[in-house]
Amino acid sequence: MTAPHDRPTVPELLEAVREFVEAGFAESAEARVRFHARVAANVLCIVERELALGAEQQRAHEARLRALGFRDDAALAAAIKSRSVDDRYDEIARAVRDSIHDKLLVANPGYIEI
Amino acid sequence: MNVHQLSGGTSRETWSFDAGGRGLILQCQRQSDDAVRLGLDSQTALLRAVRAASVPVPEVVASGEGDPDVGDWMIVERLDGETIPRKILRDDTFAAVRPRLTADVATALARIHSIPLGTVASLERRDEVAAYRRILDDVGEPHPAFELAFRWLERNRPPPSEPAVVHGDFRMGNFIVSAGGLRAVLDWELAHIGDPLEDLGWICVKSWRFGGTLPVGGFGKREELHADYERASGRTIDPDAARWWEVFGTLRWGVICIMQAMRHLSGAERSVELAAIGRRVAEVEHDVMAYLP
Repeated sequence: MTAPHDRPTVPELLEAVREFVEAGFAESAEARVRFHARVAANVLCIVERELALGAEQQRAHEARLRALGFRDDAALAAAIKSRSVDDRYDEIARAVRDSIHDKLLVANPGYIEI
Repeated sequence: MNVHQLSGGTSRETWSFDAGGRGLILQCQRQSDDAVRLGLDSQTALLRAVRAASVPVPEVVASGEGDPDVGDWMIVERLDGETIPRKILRDDTFAAVRPRLTADVATALARIHSIPLGTVASLERRDEVAAYRRILDDVGEPHPAFELAFRWLERNRPPPSEPAVVHGDFRMGNFIVSAGGLRAVLDWELAHIGDPLEDLGWICVKSWRFGGTLPVGGFGKREELHADYERASGRTIDPDAARWWEVFGTLRWGVICIMQAMRHLSGAERSVELAAIGRRVAEVEHDVMAYLP
């Protein structure tokens, strides 16, 4: 809970909306509405996971980039593009894979196993 | 007449109707909305050319250009069959068809790639890698994984194949499949002159497997696709070069996902579906890194 606000907390509010979207449109006759409701419910799942994991992931990501000597993803992307880090492929690829892993933990954890 | 609209937008519309005892599809387009997509007039010419080369496509029944009300238009026959990939890959109806689909798509591709380059004058010769590089630069969002992929492609580019007419979006979702096999190849608006391996790589991109385990559209093996294609085309495929185009195809799909999310973010087309696609980019980054060392 974040003071001064009352319950439901932000995650609890999101969960309530997601449950409404999931249940409210499940019976809808129109396939297009059902499809978009499923997409919307999935988006809310992403938001819930990012609320839970985002702060820690942001710290880890910044530490990863700092260890490589970059202030953000834009600087890393620019360095790769300019060919100036060709000789550091292994450590950079490892960091990039770690970032993707974290992104998938939020966006679609099921994808990591595939 | 049994008229109903299948899709519509500001510049393009598709209608289904019955006339003269058969089902027909009307497509109209007021103007080509971007430089990459072929205008309807060119698509009509291309459909006639590939049909003459025995590529399975709907017959063009009539066409016209510059109508004051609808713009360019074409009427094609409406074909029976299934386009939804998950049904083609899973429904019992198609169990007997699936084993022959690889040979069917290989033959169709060989025929497309055999069309003389001058047949449709408006087909553009373009370097797809440079085109998607430019798009990613224009978007301006940092994607280190895609930069690593572009760098790998740059360092490992195979010598170009003999150029050919390529479909440009040859994949599950753009096929009509019936009990007899591949019934039609649809959606020719990304056709251009390029490396024929582009089409062979694109159909193996993971997102076109729709949950299937086999690399070719979820239903076939690369070796089969290549062997059938070599037999039908007389061309020789270097598996490493084909793989290079598969890596490019994966990267291309990633850039397309970014563009889709941007359509929502820019306000061009507000949609929760397009917004959600932005968070699928991580899946494609994961896929493309799986090819890299």
